[in-house]
Amino acid sequence: MSNEKKSFNWKAITQHRLFLPIVCLLVVLLVNVIKTPNFFAVSIKNGVLYGYLVDVVNRASELVIVAIGMTLVTAASGGQDISVGAVMAVAAAVCCQILSGGQVSTNELMNSMALAIIAAIIVAAICGAFNGFLVANLGIQPMVATLILFTAGRGIAQLITKGQITYVRVGSFKVMGGYIGKCPVPTPIFFAIAAIIIVNLVLKKTALGLYIESVGINGSASRLVGLNSTMIKFLTYVICGILSGIAGIVASSRIYSADANNIGLNLEMDAILAVALGGNVLSGGKFSIMGSVIGAYTIQALTTTLYAMNVSADQLPVYKAVVVIIIVVIQSPVFRRSVDEWKKKRALKNNKAMEGGH
Amino acid sequence: MKIKKILCSVLLATCMLFSLTACGSSNGSKDAKKADDSSKSGNITVGFSQVGAESDWRTANSTSMKETFSEENGYTLIFDDAQQKQENQIKAIRNFIQQEVDYIVLAPVTETGWDTVLKEAKDAGIPVIIVDRMVKVSDDSLYTAWVGSNFELEGKKAAAWLKAYLDATGRGNEKINIVDIQGTIGASAQIGRTKGLEAACKENKNWTLLAKETGEFTQAKGQEVMESLLKKHGDDIDVVYCENDNEAFGAIDAITAAGKKVGTGKDDILVMSFDSTKTGLTDVKDGKIILDTECNPLHGPRVEEIIKSLEAGKEPDKKQYVDEEVFAAVKDVAKISADGKDYDVTVVTDDVISKRAY
Repeated sequence: MSNEKKSFNWKAITQHRLFLPIVCLLVVLLVNVIKTPNFFAVSIKNGVLYGYLVDVVNRASELVIVAIGMTLVTAASGGQDISVGAVMAVAAAVCCQILSGGQVSTNELMNSMALAIIAAIIVAAICGAFNGFLVANLGIQPMVATLILFTAGRGIAQLITKGQITYVRVGSFKVMGGYIGKCPVPTPIFFAIAAIIIVNLVLKKTALGLYIESVGINGSASRLVGLNSTMIKFLTYVICGILSGIAGIVASSRIYSADANNIGLNLEMDAILAVALGGNVLSGGKFSIMGSVIGAYTIQALTTTLYAMNVSADQLPVYKAVVVIIIVVIQSPVFRRSVDEWKKKRALKNNKAMEGGH
Repeated sequence: MKIKKILCSVLLATCMLFSLTACGSSNGSKDAKKADDSSKSGNITVGFSQVGAESDWRTANSTSMKETFSEENGYTLIFDDAQQKQENQIKAIRNFIQQEVDYIVLAPVTETGWDTVLKEAKDAGIPVIIVDRMVKVSDDSLYTAWVGSNFELEGKKAAAWLKAYLDATGRGNEKINIVDIQGTIGASAQIGRTKGLEAACKENKNWTLLAKETGEFTQAKGQEVMESLLKKHGDDIDVVYCENDNEAFGAIDAITAAGKKVGTGKDDILVMSFDSTKTGLTDVKDGKIILDTECNPLHGPRVEEIIKSLEAGKEPDKKQYVDEEVFAAVKDVAKISADGKDYDVTVVTDDVISKRAY
């Protein structure tokens, strides 16, 4: 962002909101320089991009999309939507069930793709609206309100798919989780980028971003100055629902089926973690979409790194936890304050310009 | 204000409806009536608490029970679907005790936490037969018998077939590199199947187990893990050992996406799998999966045997395994032996698939 300043204005860079999230992502990636040198090699194989980095960006797509929604919800309501994974499963179930025309497995589309996708997104939006109504209109704690769909969502998805995994073995459906024609870039990446750009545009071009922040910082004060804070909170939940729906469709397209039990499983936790890693405050207020996006890529980079390092499966969670602890501690205000103080002391002693002590 | 109140009450009513259906307590009262009817007719009443309907395998398991314990065969079956929740299963068992069923069959969702409720059943003098997963209880006499799959034997069979196949195709002394896509870590199927493979790798000096990663029994994870393994080990991989069919589907997708082939060719990758679902066997017939070891869900007949011997006053064996077959895509191996017993290898044809129940 601030390339030309880099040489002389260290302070402006280190104090930038995205500085720490980016550093964390780089640290995770840099581990690979030592452990897996070919991690960064990207080549064309079988007509498509091939390499660990491609995997990271590709596999993180759903998480990125969901994390964007989670950021908005967090900012406006000061709480998290823990139903996103379940909503993904519901959307996937609706989409696949419409495409298969109610059968367990199909080799041709029974209904048009557009209908299935639109229906899935509408259902996801309704789920979001349900959450939004509970949180914004009834004032229920976000985590409690979304707990309803968190538990019921997968049951609803099971009902829709009649408890089976619905397979849609059709090339045109696989496109969304695969590749468009001869394009070497995996399609989910486009979905993620589109989500980032559209949401950013909406937030920047309209005053919605500002409204969300102000509602998150102080809902009553915002109402007093004339903002409909209920409406804004409600809206963020609907957006979060829609984004979860899109992520659910991408995830189901990857495996050309609706696996109600497993699509988006535990993704809500990763999404919340992405928001936190992105330097966002989980109690609401100021937010950074890009921070969450970087956080999401960091999480996937970590997973792929651990695969690449051949860490055995039973130890995987331990390594993940250790890295997450380190990242969260580095970003915690107390730690940053003590580092700042330590740096000030050093600066006094040496009377010299500070260096990157993080 | 009024509208809000009405909305609120409607919402609460819906919530109540949800919780009712989720607990399945509405089923309970219906079942209770059934039990009363049967005691008049002199049938043997069996209460079966099933985990849920999360997979085709599970559905086939339920169907097998329902078919075996039908009215025509002189039974009354009270079927309870626990929707993956242990508390529902405990509730169901307590219901069975209250309804004074003759036998309780339990397909436990988890291994632990059954002591209290099984003690209650024992005190009521109702024999409990465990199917599929095992229970860990302080006192073995809390259940009468267990019926299920021998997962380690499944692994051994698969390894024995691989050895026989390599010998038959003249690769018996070649260096063979294997990767293991494990199931959910800690699941008994994962533990047994991994053990079987590890033992074989130790035995055969020319086999190397390159990596073990968990695919969590899902297609999406199987695909992600295989993608990463292909990058790590590239052309070295000879055999992919997937611990269920869903993982195998994902792995095959990842292999073909990377421009490699699955099958018996010289540089191709052999994919091995477990479960033998209908979709899995279709892939065996197409030569994509080279060997699929069965995990038989048809527990009904075995459980009936146990009940019959109990009725006759005999003591059945505590642990009983169901018979399981081996399905291959090629004819090279006709017979394998594992644990001192011979097993026929079935070559998959359309006929085999159409006879498949699940």
